[in-house]
Amino acid sequence: MKYVALVYYQEQIINAMSEQAWHDLNQECVAGVERLSTNGHYLAGQALQPVETATTVRVRDDETLISDGPFAETKEQLAGFYLLEAHDLNEALQLASRIPPARLGSIEVRPVRELPPKAHKTVIGEQP
Amino acid sequence: MSTEPSYVDDLYREHSRRVQATLIRLLGDFELAEEAMQDAFVAAVQQWPVNGKPDNPTAWLIRTGYHCGIDQIRQRSTARRRAHLLLPTDEALDLEPTTIEDDALRLLFTCCHPSLSMEARIALTLREMCGLTTEQVASALLMKPTTLAQRIVRAKRKIRDAHIPYAVPTQEELPERLPDVLQVIYLVFNEGYSRSTGVSVVDISLTQEAMRLGNELARLLPQGEVFGLMALMLLNDARRDARQDSEGELVTLDAQDRRLWRQEDIQVGIAWLEQALALTPAGYYTLQASIAAVHAQASHAEQTDWGRIVRLYDALCRRFPSPILALNRAVAIAMNGAPDTGLKLLDDIAHHPQLSRYHLFHAAKADLLRRQGQHEAARSAYQQALLLVTLDPEKRFLNRRLAELENPP
Repeated sequence: MKYVALVYYQEQIINAMSEQAWHDLNQECVAGVERLSTNGHYLAGQALQPVETATTVRVRDDETLISDGPFAETKEQLAGFYLLEAHDLNEALQLASRIPPARLGSIEVRPVRELPPKAHKTVIGEQP
Repeated sequence: MSTEPSYVDDLYREHSRRVQATLIRLLGDFELAEEAMQDAFVAAVQQWPVNGKPDNPTAWLIRTGYHCGIDQIRQRSTARRRAHLLLPTDEALDLEPTTIEDDALRLLFTCCHPSLSMEARIALTLREMCGLTTEQVASALLMKPTTLAQRIVRAKRKIRDAHIPYAVPTQEELPERLPDVLQVIYLVFNEGYSRSTGVSVVDISLTQEAMRLGNELARLLPQGEVFGLMALMLLNDARRDARQDSEGELVTLDAQDRRLWRQEDIQVGIAWLEQALALTPAGYYTLQASIAAVHAQASHAEQTDWGRIVRLYDALCRRFPSPILALNRAVAIAMNGAPDTGLKLLDDIAHHPQLSRYHLFHAAKADLLRRQGQHEAARSAYQQALLLVTLDPEKRFLNRRLAELENPP
């Protein structure tokens, strides 16, 4: 069963960190990913640039609308994500609780939704 | 064999909860399990009068329900998602009595999972564990049946889609997970207890349902804190007849007619407490029950051993610090002959956001001030409490106290 762990924290807390504390947090995350990989729980993941780099895209009536900033202004900002393999929600929550920024902000854990298999279009008059 | 409706009812009451709990494990889906269980009971009503009652009715119902469920899956287009369920043969169904017992625990831990909202946990527990209908649960919780049904459907969907496990926690997980279950049972109890002074509109007693759940949990999972919770519920419930007067008005602990306390319940409660205390260290519910026992054993309010109550609150506040416990401890200290210290402690915590808007904080402060003869300060504290109180019996009680300050009886 796959789960996504979305990592949120207040960027201002991070901005106020000393160089050393920021370095240590990053190293702790790297070590965490290594541990998760060894145990077969880590499928993918990425840290994100600050929210000020975000751009939001919408398509309405075939028109592409582009705007500066994140989709929603929230107290805590999306800072990264993990794609995890876990047996059930309990295991996923336990893995998420060990993601270092869980101590600073919040981790939202969501099961993935598998999309249905590609539908085969049947064209009249042709062999399937 | 009779097929009278009462026979069907008895059959259902005796077996439905266990059958349902095991079918959820076997079929991996709450709704499918419920449909399958209904099918199994229909089959039983048709076949048992003809073929005789099977030796093991529970296992028969589970096996029949399981086959009905599998047929359902085969007929549905979603079969692929549950393909793994089609593999086990009849022998692979684990129907050992201990496994079936554990299914009740699996169900309870799933219904009380912290990833569900507290409202959903309470509703699911009452619906699935206590075997109440949606209508019964809704009326007991003073909710519209449609609202409750939606809440239950949403919770079941989350259990399925987020893969909330259907499992008994391991010994290592238990200390962390057991409080989730105890909290739900105690909330169900309090939901019933706090309302017992109001107009009774339902015949479902939430206090009784909570104690039934606690009893079953104590049998399946004999842990000190489960015993402690049973003791706490029984010792509180023993006072139910004394908590309101003949006009239905609230009577506080110190003014209750203690002859109305049910001695039998108190004795059973104390027996649970002794079992709990034998399994040290005493936890949250055991310590609370110990306090309830001190009250229960005082034949007059004046004989209450407040010194012991203060020591128990000290232990509680050290291990489980919370503003509500700090409030109770301050009151106990005041009652133990140190009213000034108690009032000072109340002032120290008055600004805590959980207390400043809590009517009982202001009511407790008003009561201490009244006992000290500080009528002006007491009056303003009662007025503060009245601004925040919501339940009618409590409102009337506070108004009576306020009136007594103006015109002493």
